Amino acid sequence: MTVTLLVPSVLRVDSGGVGRLDVELGAQSSLGDLFDAVAQTHPRLERRIRDEQRRIRRYVNVYVDGEESRSLDGGATRLRDGAEVHVIPSVAGG
Amino acid sequence: MDTVFAIGTRKGLFLARSTDRLHWDLSGPHLAMNEVYAVGIDTRHSPPRLLVGASSSHFGPSVSTSDDLGESWQEPDTAPIAFPEDTGASLARVWQLAPGRVDTPGELYAGTEPSALFRSTDGGKSFELVRGLWDHPHREQWEPGGGGQAIHTVLPHPTDPRRIVVAMSTGGVYRTEDGGETWQPSNIGIAAHFMPDNQYPEYGQCVHKVAWHPDAPDLFFAQNHHGVYRSEDGGRNWQSIADGLPTDFGFAMVAHPRRPGVIYTFPIEADARRFPPDLRARVYRSEDAGRTWTGFDKGLPTAPFYSAVMRDAMCCDNADPAGVYFGTRSGEVYASADEGETWQQVAAHLPDVLSVRAAVVA
Repeated sequence: MTVTLLVPSVLRVDSGGVGRLDVELGAQSSLGDLFDAVAQTHPRLERRIRDEQRRIRRYVNVYVDGEESRSLDGGATRLRDGAEVHVIPSVAGG
Repeated sequence: MDTVFAIGTRKGLFLARSTDRLHWDLSGPHLAMNEVYAVGIDTRHSPPRLLVGASSSHFGPSVSTSDDLGESWQEPDTAPIAFPEDTGASLARVWQLAPGRVDTPGELYAGTEPSALFRSTDGGKSFELVRGLWDHPHREQWEPGGGGQAIHTVLPHPTDPRRIVVAMSTGGVYRTEDGGETWQPSNIGIAAHFMPDNQYPEYGQCVHKVAWHPDAPDLFFAQNHHGVYRSEDGGRNWQSIADGLPTDFGFAMVAHPRRPGVIYTFPIEADARRFPPDLRARVYRSEDAGRTWTGFDKGLPTAPFYSAVMRDAMCCDNADPAGVYFGTRSGEVYASADEGETWQQVAAHLPDVLSVRAAVVA
């Protein structure tokens, strides 16, 4: 199945300049599987989003088809074929 | 004499260049919107390699390097510093980047938050956790100081790869004499005034910064959370050198690049009152290993001055006469071309300054 990762402009320096990455995954894949796959092709992009223990960074929000992933099953959230995963930096800092 | 002065701030790195150390050209911010807790200038390379421990509040920490004095920056695809999966830990910040032995140009050490030591043998592209310190039985008792639980000082012996000294707040000074396999607390004589009973514990002191001179590798100096100390035996025992200073509180401690026993600090009134004594910006220098001190303020702001200098926001360069540098929490940066006696402002209105390093380029 194919899942689309939507990359914010601030991270496009690490995605080859593109705002959409279409990622091929096996059936029944999870959000964690998506980022594991991204780590293979775009390792710097992945480590901006997750730490080395594969936890999504505190001030990065990841939406799966419009639902914030922490309110779903986090990294274990199942993805559907055609899902859109949207990475959005949270509003933080000063 | 071309000098580069790296200024790490809360929102990126600024670089100043000067041929006379009186007039400076400023560039930046490089790595904008990253906290730069650690800068290093590795003079084992020509031109010197700039090392930056930068962390984004959103996208995490990393290490970047420049081999062209900031014209371009390199960052590995894979995380240069990462905790192994079995530790369960995640890198929060890099607090210190310390070049290793002169004859081993790829050797580099990083002190991190949470408190750990990492070693690189490829000039900073990748680092490996020093397990001996991470597995130390004291680690569970190390506490975060106000700034976080971090190894903020790393002092590799200039010639002996077995000897390294590290320091943290709060945990104290530790040393290894077997290349990092085993570590001994090295705090005899350093007080922990915040302890209710035993104020001279084996470890747990809040050491703010430790400095030494590579030509005298058994001679150390420490600025503590109240207390200023000297060790003449490689860190085993410490004696107070606070007499002669207006206060014994502060963060910075800097050693002269060539003259062992010449040291600098920036006193702050007290733990509970973190302003310079008498609200005067003064750098204190000792030329006799802390037995006597002299304050210098010519060229520095007049009173009242309410800002402070953090533990890594003061340094010397490697020139002769030595340059001395510091940056403040209020984003002012000063340089002295005459060993700290007179000062010129390099920059103002920067984000708060966290770390500085300077070196002669050519």
